[in-house]
Amino acid sequence: MCLGIPGKIIEIFNHESTRMGKVDFNGVELEVCLEAVPEAQLGNYVIVHAGFAISTLSESEAKETLDILNQLDSFQQELGN
Amino acid sequence: MLDQFRDKQLVQQSLAEIRRITTRPWAIMEICGGQTHAIMQYGLHELLPQEIELIHGPGCPVCVTSLELVDKAIAIASKENVIFTSYGDMLRVPGSSQDLFAVKAGGGDVRVVYSAIEALHIAEKNPDKEVVFFGIGFETTAPANVISVVKAKNQGIRNYSMLVSQVCVPPAMHAILGSPANRVQGFLAAGHVCAVMGYREYEPIAQQYRVPMAVTGFEPLDLTLGILETVKMLESGQVEVRNAYTRGVTRDGNLIAQKIIHDCFEPCDRNWRGIGMIPMSGWKLKDAYRDFDAELKFQVQDIQTRESEICIAGQILQGLKKPYECPAFGKPCTPQNPLGATMVSSEGACAAYYLYARIDHE
Ligand code: SF4
Repeated sequence: MCLGIPGKIIEIFNHESTRMGKVDFNGVELEVCLEAVPEAQLGNYVIVHAGFAISTLSESEAKETLDILNQLDSFQQELGN
Repeated sequence: MLDQFRDKQLVQQSLAEIRRITTRPWAIMEICGGQTHAIMQYGLHELLPQEIELIHGPGCPVCVTSLELVDKAIAIASKENVIFTSYGDMLRVPGSSQDLFAVKAGGGDVRVVYSAIEALHIAEKNPDKEVVFFGIGFETTAPANVISVVKAKNQGIRNYSMLVSQVCVPPAMHAILGSPANRVQGFLAAGHVCAVMGYREYEPIAQQYRVPMAVTGFEPLDLTLGILETVKMLESGQVEVRNAYTRGVTRDGNLIAQKIIHDCFEPCDRNWRGIGMIPMSGWKLKDAYRDFDAELKFQVQDIQTRESEICIAGQILQGLKKPYECPAFGKPCTPQNPLGATMVSSEGACAAYYLYARIDHE
């Protein structure tokens, strides 16, 4: 229940003035409330808890995290590790 | 993008870095049950250097929902004319004498839902029944739960109510760090709680107890990076709250979700199962929403509870014992036949150990 999982937004619509979306979790499609993530667009990944999106995953931040780690690797290789 | 956070080589690399910088023993608590689950699932606790001990925290909402509230849920679900709805895990949590599943087996209308909104739809379709939702969870599920009450009020749906068992992480951290038995030296702050609430609240706690924290996500690489960041601070004596989950969390969190929460909920004292009362550690519905409070609607105040004498879940939730130290672990207590709440949900430490532990502790 608390295992919030990221899913990809494949549809956005309004239901009784609430911003909703269809989100694809590895092949399983669920309706999700997008009220708290107004910035989220089609194709974005959102973290969903109990049918409610709490955050949009930032691809640029993800890339930065991975880049830092890759630098760490080259640094170690330079040291002949 | 997601795949890379499960990449074996990158995980190995970050583990190597942890090994390289670790010079002495450190005890780090992951507060969130979802992270306990992921750590056991990927066997990360066995891949870390021996000096690093992961202590599992109380962050499993199924586990800490008080016995009193479980008994109240059972009392309400047993009433005529009630459709009782809940997240699936709660059905097998032992109450004083039975569980919700037994109520269902005995003919009660108990239904598993994926979200509170689904419960609200059931209320719309069954105007002649009372529909009750068991609103459990930490800050992560608070907006999802409470938005159903907002909608019920706006749409004039009167036959819907919520049995509220919301709990909050920061007061639990105070309780753990302030205890004389505390061994925790660093924290992995739960990424998704922080996605909602941000991590400003943690900064004064880190300073007060001189305990560094890293906001940490849920993929294997997120976990190793969170541990790496915490060990870096521990080794250098720095005390900060650092964000090791920047793709999902900002310092302020999700302000819209916070507004939804604060419009409807206000802080209250809460009993945590196995731990006891923690002041101002929960949320309850504000007066404006009292018509949707199932405890008031069904008048279930006087409940006598009786906790199992065998189960040591309380000590496990406080990080004082590991599941395999419980004499009942594995036999007779199993996920099929749970004696305590920590064996029910896969976020509970007992179930996580039972499902994934590779070491034979017999
Ligand atoms: S193994 Fe079962 S009885 Fe023992 S602490 Fe865990 S849940 Fe309780």
